[in-house]
Amino acid sequence: MTTDSTTTTPEPVGAGMGDEPPLPPLGTTGLLRWLWRQLTSMRTALILLFLLALASVPGSVLPQRGANPQRVSEWITNNPTMGPILDRLGFFDVFASPWFAAVYLLLFISLIGCVLPRIGQHWKAMRTPPPAAPRRLLRLPAATEFASEDSADAALASAQAWLRSHRWRVRRGETDGTPWLAAETGYLRETGNLVFHLSLIIILVAVAVGGLFGWKGNVIVREGTGFSNTLTQYDAWGGGRMVDPAQLAPFSFTLDDFKVDFERGEAQRGAPRLFEADVTYRPTPGAPAQPTTIEVNHPLDVDGARVFLIGHGYALHFIVRDSTGNVVYDDTSVFLPRDSNLTSNGVVKVPDSDPPLGFNGLFLPTAAMDATRGGFSTFPALDNPEVLLAAFRGDLGLDSGVPQSVYTLDTSRMNKIGLEAMRPGDIWQLPNDSGSIEFAGVDRWASLQIAYDPGKELALLAAVIAISGLTLSLFIRRRRIWVKVLDGPEGGTLVQIAALAKAEGADPSDDVSALAEHLGGTAATERSEP
Amino acid sequence: MTSIQLAQASNALVYASMFTLTLAMIFFAASFASGRRRPVAQSVPAAAAVEGSGGTAVLTRPPVTDEPPMEPGRRAANIGMSLTWLAFLLLLGGVILRGLWAGRAPWGNMYEFSITGALGVLAVFLGVSVKRDLRWLGLFVTIPTLLWLGLAVTVLYTEAAQLVPALKSYWLVIHVSAAIICFGGFTFAAATSALSLIRGRIERRQGTTDVTGWTSRMPSSERLQALTNRVVAFAFPLWTFAVVAGAIWAENAWGRYWGWDPKETWAFITWVIFAAYLHARSTAGWRGSRASWIALAGWVAFNINYFGVNIFANSLHSYSGM
Ligand code: HEM
Repeated sequence: MTTDSTTTTPEPVGAGMGDEPPLPPLGTTGLLRWLWRQLTSMRTALILLFLLALASVPGSVLPQRGANPQRVSEWITNNPTMGPILDRLGFFDVFASPWFAAVYLLLFISLIGCVLPRIGQHWKAMRTPPPAAPRRLLRLPAATEFASEDSADAALASAQAWLRSHRWRVRRGETDGTPWLAAETGYLRETGNLVFHLSLIIILVAVAVGGLFGWKGNVIVREGTGFSNTLTQYDAWGGGRMVDPAQLAPFSFTLDDFKVDFERGEAQRGAPRLFEADVTYRPTPGAPAQPTTIEVNHPLDVDGARVFLIGHGYALHFIVRDSTGNVVYDDTSVFLPRDSNLTSNGVVKVPDSDPPLGFNGLFLPTAAMDATRGGFSTFPALDNPEVLLAAFRGDLGLDSGVPQSVYTLDTSRMNKIGLEAMRPGDIWQLPNDSGSIEFAGVDRWASLQIAYDPGKELALLAAVIAISGLTLSLFIRRRRIWVKVLDGPEGGTLVQIAALAKAEGADPSDDVSALAEHLGGTAATERSEP
Repeated sequence: MTSIQLAQASNALVYASMFTLTLAMIFFAASFASGRRRPVAQSVPAAAAVEGSGGTAVLTRPPVTDEPPMEPGRRAANIGMSLTWLAFLLLLGGVILRGLWAGRAPWGNMYEFSITGALGVLAVFLGVSVKRDLRWLGLFVTIPTLLWLGLAVTVLYTEAAQLVPALKSYWLVIHVSAAIICFGGFTFAAATSALSLIRGRIERRQGTTDVTGWTSRMPSSERLQALTNRVVAFAFPLWTFAVVAGAIWAENAWGRYWGWDPKETWAFITWVIFAAYLHARSTAGWRGSRASWIALAGWVAFNINYFGVNIFANSLHSYSGM
């Protein structure tokens, strides 16, 4: 890798990328060529890298739709002027926005335009023998000269053997009767650099493969219930353009038991300490059932897809009876946690009673009360469970045709008939002869993310190659060394050794000393300046 | 030792380390205060010439090294270095005892990450100082490290506790230890960059690289930049590795290796800025002070990721323990 500015060398090494922009020439082809040169220049790469960093910032400051659509809507509601404008400009979906894509696509076009020609140049450089020794060797920044008893041939042969064994490429020659030897090493630096840049392209391809052929879904599964991998079972599902949602791998599983444990000590009280989901799964419908355990860092692999445990909460079991004692509802509803002590909200909808009933619930696993906050939970485990229920009677709105969330109750056409705090086992006789509701018990649910990303292995492979290439390119130093043997003043020979670094930070004087020592000369050299 | 004793011993060692480091800082500062002027007489073996001596000719020029000549403040700086080593060993002890107390790698919350990060900074500084004379840099490493440790023991302090399940992964150990060393490297690079900017300004004002005044003990701005480059060249691949290790861990825990979570986004921004730095070092017109500014920006991004994202952002990675 050589650029016109790595001038540790008196001779400029290689043409490099043009850095000073010349004025654009006239004519279309001239202009196009000029534009292309600008785009593939080092300075453009630098500026595009800056833009990439800058363009990422709003994605971490503003809420993002991909991660948290709810907070995006809240943000827009709270900022009625800026919200919609930023939304139109893609600021809530930064990493999928056209301007973010424009930056990285330009960067990668620049990268390709930069790397491809350099592969050719490097290929040629690796096959070109090192250049002949400069006329005045001792002018180079690292050089030495000493008298020797050896003949020119013997000295050069010895130097050659030493250099070869230290993996230098060696060439011998003679200029005006003076035999010399030229050697070069460190070609792997540029190889590493090219490999690094190329593997960045492969990472981009791997990400694209994952985006096109991968899919990801979320589902909440209650203890004792099951899941089978079809689209309708998901609470949320997203897939790439090339995925046929009808063709998902046909595995299924049931959540047998979900274990959680929380810190009870003083420090970080309430922090989760254990999540374990015991499941039984079948890779295909007819296959034998296999038991396994899913933990936070140990997903379940089935058929290329992976099942991850990402959250948990409580599901409350209620039984509702009408005024004559008939059971009109017997089910568990998922309550969604809203703080780290698992204070949770949920609803119960009973369309089969007459008139329909609805309940808004606030569940407190370890209930506490105070005047300002009302009811709240002080610990995430079921130490003192209590649910505060608000009962409503009237039209649930289920027939309106508008799809309803199972987590919210539309009370616009309902009347509130009462409020009650209940503990497991309690039965509440509803007012106005509306029947009763029994708080029958508490189960847990696990929220699972099921993901399939066919690009991830390729991405990992490319990342490993990228790191290797990067390490080579940053640690290997490319240097040249020359040895000349002249006739000595008193019959013997005079050996001159000089070296050049072709990259920043490479100090070739050690090479000169080592070779001089090997040839029996003094090792006195000097350091090259930075 | 009982757990209480381990805890007390760990905290005591951290405080002792801070005390020692404060002394080191004072000695480094004293070495700057004394003997501000650079002595003119700098004896150099016979200048650029070919000396013939008995058939052997050796080409010499004045040796250029990082080493400023012997000065009155040197003794103080030597004491500062020794005290920094002592502070490092004390802190190492504190971190190890903290790990024993918690029964795991000592980086489960921001306090632990901070003391281990300070250890990383001192390790990189002392590691480089084995090969190069870094006495001139001591003051500029001890000050930020002390501030950092001060924040750790006051604001960030958390009792040792078990890890939340998402952090129970050997990738945590790999990912975080790489990040800690990178933090050391980037901090070192930020210090040398800042000094190169200051020294560069003084060089321009005085019209020479052989300046007088308080920066006279430092290497020239160009050498400072070269040193920055070396350290970034070491830390950048490691940072790349840390990010990749984090991605593997994220894939294991959440089912995606990259999700543009604020923590991931800032790790990416830091990475891109240091990539820009490396490019700037190869771009005419950028390799000098502009590159130094970029290295500083990269360090700022790293710190935004650490403080800003851990404390303020709604991130999956909120493990500050606060
Ligand atoms: C995704 C964008 C890019 C990233 C992350 C990136 C990253 C890097 C890194 C980390 C280095 C330093 C390692 C080394 O010296 O080998 C580097 C060097 C280099 N990059 Fe890039 N690069 C990118 C795009 C480009 C583009 C578009 C160009 C062409 C204009 C380019 C040209 C170079 C050159 C010429 C060097 C070698 C500099 C030297 O001689 O030290 N890079 N790149």
